[in-house]
Amino acid sequence: MSLDEIRDILNATVITHQASLRNSVESVYCADLMSDVLSFSDSGCLLITGLTNAQVIRTAEMAAISVIVFVQGKRPALQTIRLADEKDIPLLVTDLPMFDACGRLFEKGLRSQSASISRAPIVACHEGC
Amino acid sequence: MGNGADGIFFLTGKDFNNAGTASSNLKAVLERMGIAQDIIRRTAIAAFEAEMNVVIYAVAGMMKYRVTDTEISVTVQDMGQGIPNIDLAMTEGYSTAPDHIRAMGFGSGMGLPNIKKNTDNLSVNSIVGEGTTLEFVIQIKD
Repeated sequence: MSLDEIRDILNATVITHQASLRNSVESVYCADLMSDVLSFSDSGCLLITGLTNAQVIRTAEMAAISVIVFVQGKRPALQTIRLADEKDIPLLVTDLPMFDACGRLFEKGLRSQSASISRAPIVACHEGC
Repeated sequence: MGNGADGIFFLTGKDFNNAGTASSNLKAVLERMGIAQDIIRRTAIAAFEAEMNVVIYAVAGMMKYRVTDTEISVTVQDMGQGIPNIDLAMTEGYSTAPDHIRAMGFGSGMGLPNIKKNTDNLSVNSIVGEGTTLEFVIQIKD
C-alpha cells in the first residue's frame, strides 16, 4: 500500500519535509514499547505508535521501519522531526485513536506479518521487574 | 567487499538525546561497505539494544567494532552497576528498569534476549559495582 493511500485512509498529515509518499509498505507493526518493535517488527513495515520521543526514530532507523504514524494527534518535538528528516523516515500524524487507525488499515488489507510467526510465550515477570 | 573496518564510539550514561548515535554511525559504516541489508539490520538492532543498556544503566562506556570479510564483531563495555545474575537478565521479560525508562518505551526486559536473537555469538561478562562487557559476532554470509 502506498503512503499517500495510508495518509488518506487515516486522514493523516505528513510532518516531515522530505517524506517520499511514493514509498509503499507491505505490513504494519503497532506498539508503544520500542523494545517490542526491536524484537518483533518486520523490516520495511509501517509503525503505528503513541510514543513521540527521539528513541522512536532511532528504533525505526535500526529496525529498518519505512514510515511512522503517530496516533491521537500526538506530534513529536521539532528536534525529533528533524532527526526523522535526517534519517529519511516519513512521519505522519493522525487524530485517530490507535485502535481505529489499526482497524482502518486492517480493513483495507494490511496485516502484521509477525502475527503469523509462532513463538514461545514470553516468560512472566520475575520479582523486581 | 574486500576491505575491513574498525572503530570506536564513546557512550555517555543518561544522555538520552544522543542515545543511538553510536549504533547509527555503525549502521552507516556497514551501509558504506555494502553489507547485506538483513545483516545490517541485525547488527544495528543488537548494537542499539546494547547502547541503550549503557545509557540507561551505566555512567559511561564504549562501543568497539571490527568488520572483516567474514564477520562483524562488536564489543560494548561500560562502567556501570554490573549484572548480578546474567542468566536472569537473559530471560525475556526480566527487567530492573525504573518507570521513567519504561515511559520511553524501553526496559521491558527484552534487550539482552534480543541481542542474543540477532547475533551468532554473544558473551556477557559482568562484575557487580564495576561494569559489564558484551561481545557479539554476526557472520557475514556471501
